[in-house]
Amino acid sequence: MFELLRTAIRSLASNKARSLLTMLGIIIGVAAVIAMVAIGAGASRSIQQFISGVGANILIIMPGAPSVGGVRQQAGSGATLTTEDAEALRDEAWTLAGVAPEVFGRVQLVYGSMNWSTMVTGSTEDIFSIREWRIDEGRFFFDEEARSGAKVVVIGATVAKNLFGEESAVGKVIRVRNAPVEVIGVLAAKGQTPWGQDQDDTAFVPFATAQRSLFRRGIANSVQRITVAAVDGDSIPEAEREVSAILRQRRRLEDGEESDFDVRNMAEMLDAAAQSTRVMSLLLGAVASVSLLVGGIGIMNIMLVSVTERTREIGIRMAIGARGSDIRTQFLLEALLLSVAGGILGIGLGASASRVITSLLGWPTVISAGSVVLAFVFSALVGVFFGFYPAWKASLLNPIEALRYE
Amino acid sequence: MSLIEARGIVKVYQTGDVGLRALDGVSFAIERGEFVSIMGHSGSGKSTMMNILGCLDVPDEGEYELDGRSVGGLSGDDRARIRNTTIGFVFQGFNLLPRATALENVELPLVYARVPARERRPRALAALERVGLSERTSHRPNQLSGGQQQRVAIARALVGETPLILADEPTGNLDTATSTEIMELFTSLNRADKTIVLVTHEPDVAAYSSRTIRFQDGRVIADERGASRV
Ligand SMILES: Nc1ncnc2c1ncn2[C@@H]1O[C@H](COP(=O)(O)OP(=O)(O)O)[C@@H](O)[C@H]1O
Ligand SMILES: [Mg+2]
Repeated sequence: MFELLRTAIRSLASNKARSLLTMLGIIIGVAAVIAMVAIGAGASRSIQQFISGVGANILIIMPGAPSVGGVRQQAGSGATLTTEDAEALRDEAWTLAGVAPEVFGRVQLVYGSMNWSTMVTGSTEDIFSIREWRIDEGRFFFDEEARSGAKVVVIGATVAKNLFGEESAVGKVIRVRNAPVEVIGVLAAKGQTPWGQDQDDTAFVPFATAQRSLFRRGIANSVQRITVAAVDGDSIPEAEREVSAILRQRRRLEDGEESDFDVRNMAEMLDAAAQSTRVMSLLLGAVASVSLLVGGIGIMNIMLVSVTERTREIGIRMAIGARGSDIRTQFLLEALLLSVAGGILGIGLGASASRVITSLLGWPTVISAGSVVLAFVFSALVGVFFGFYPAWKASLLNPIEALRYE
Repeated sequence: MSLIEARGIVKVYQTGDVGLRALDGVSFAIERGEFVSIMGHSGSGKSTMMNILGCLDVPDEGEYELDGRSVGGLSGDDRARIRNTTIGFVFQGFNLLPRATALENVELPLVYARVPARERRPRALAALERVGLSERTSHRPNQLSGGQQQRVAIARALVGETPLILADEPTGNLDTATSTEIMELFTSLNRADKTIVLVTHEPDVAAYSSRTIRFQDGRVIADERGASRV
């Protein structure tokens, strides 16, 4: 067996350029699969991490009719969510652990000569627990402050860094739309979302503060969205029904009448992400099969050429006692070696391509052991499958004719 | 019991619709330990007969027994085993594997005999020493002279310790001096109990043998026993 392997390696090594070119199909196919699977796995992992990082039990209530078939319906003129809706949910819903009305907008923050534009959200104390924020320095604001409109702000790590650098931010007064506001807390960093957004580039102010002095909205009590958290993951569907029922009741909507709000949940977003990953793996599977097929045909082609070129060698081997099966094994082993070497090189290339993608584009990639094993097994199967015909042909050669071959 | 027993061997090559009787009823027996030369004009059927004797080919008619065993009707695998265990071949064109070293070429019959690697190497080295090439074991065929290549081929025919060596014009590609060396090697192998059947059309070469079978048009026309010249 070892002898056969050495013979096979030598015969492939004697024509390195050709062996490499033959392997190219397999190399590229396997590398593409490895890299794509790594990107897909990286994306789905970071989406999962993100969702669990921002609160997996979250429901987001948006004003306007629910999207139907992916097309967002135009919101009606009176379609608004109000602080009263938020209060009703807080008072009446059993299945919710927190309710946070939100208004938000991009606002310039100024500290001394430094300024930084960021997304400022006005909300209640619940927003921090719902979104699973942790405090790094200082404190969150309280509900009283949210109601009274205290001039305080809790800023994200990126904002702190850009306004204050290494200085401590807590206790400093910054100007937000010309209003002096005191920084009372800095949030612990969360990093980027899977789609490359900096989650720490954010700031929170009490709801009333935002309402009165920052955003001065047309309708005084309207909110842009309400974020709520179900008590646990299992009660999300229940919470969704309850939120919907309470809000519909407040609007005195009859059965069959369309809601003027939309309740979305994170679990659905997770499902959608998982779904797109599944579609992607199917597509990849198709690409992989095609490239492996092409690679396999390349191997078969070169093995047929090789059998013809080495007819005399086959004759010599047969004359001194090789059986048909010995010859078959020898050529099959060469085909297998070609495809497996191609597979291994492809895995290496795919892995380094993934690393390059991560470092150049910042996309997270995950090389799973499963995809490596699968790629390896698949390339071996390709070798056996496409190597069989040439090997079988070689084994059927007539020794005399083979010896006479020039 | 003879080592080789051929009775009424016929081999017909079909070219177009003309059948060429390359062998037309050949019969002879060769005993163990004989050194036989086969002579005849080109195209008289010598190589065809050697292929049949070597179990590389099968006759269309007639009976061939090797070592008491009828070869007709054996499967390809069985004939491969007989070639491996009973026959050592030496060809005019050496027929060594170009990419393998001398040692590896000599080991090859043992590989197919499933001899473990440990055992193969010393046996191959001994065979190379027997033909006087112990200094050239790691050379490739293209790094060796014709005479040296033929010695490697002879070592390969020896290593399996087969009783019979078949050589089809082994000196055909060699100069006179080298031919003499090779023939002396065959002679010494014959003294060491190998049965040798050798095709040649040079009387000088045939003179080393103790018996000459002459072919003409696919038939045996003479079978002469005489004292070999050595
Ligand atoms: N494979 C073949 N197909 C057709 N004719 C062949 C074949 N091999 C040999 N012959 C013919 O058979 C005859 C005997 O050939 P061969 O045994 O090689 O002669 P020798 O070895 O005595 O020169 C020749 O006429 C040759 O042309
Ligand atoms: Mg001939």
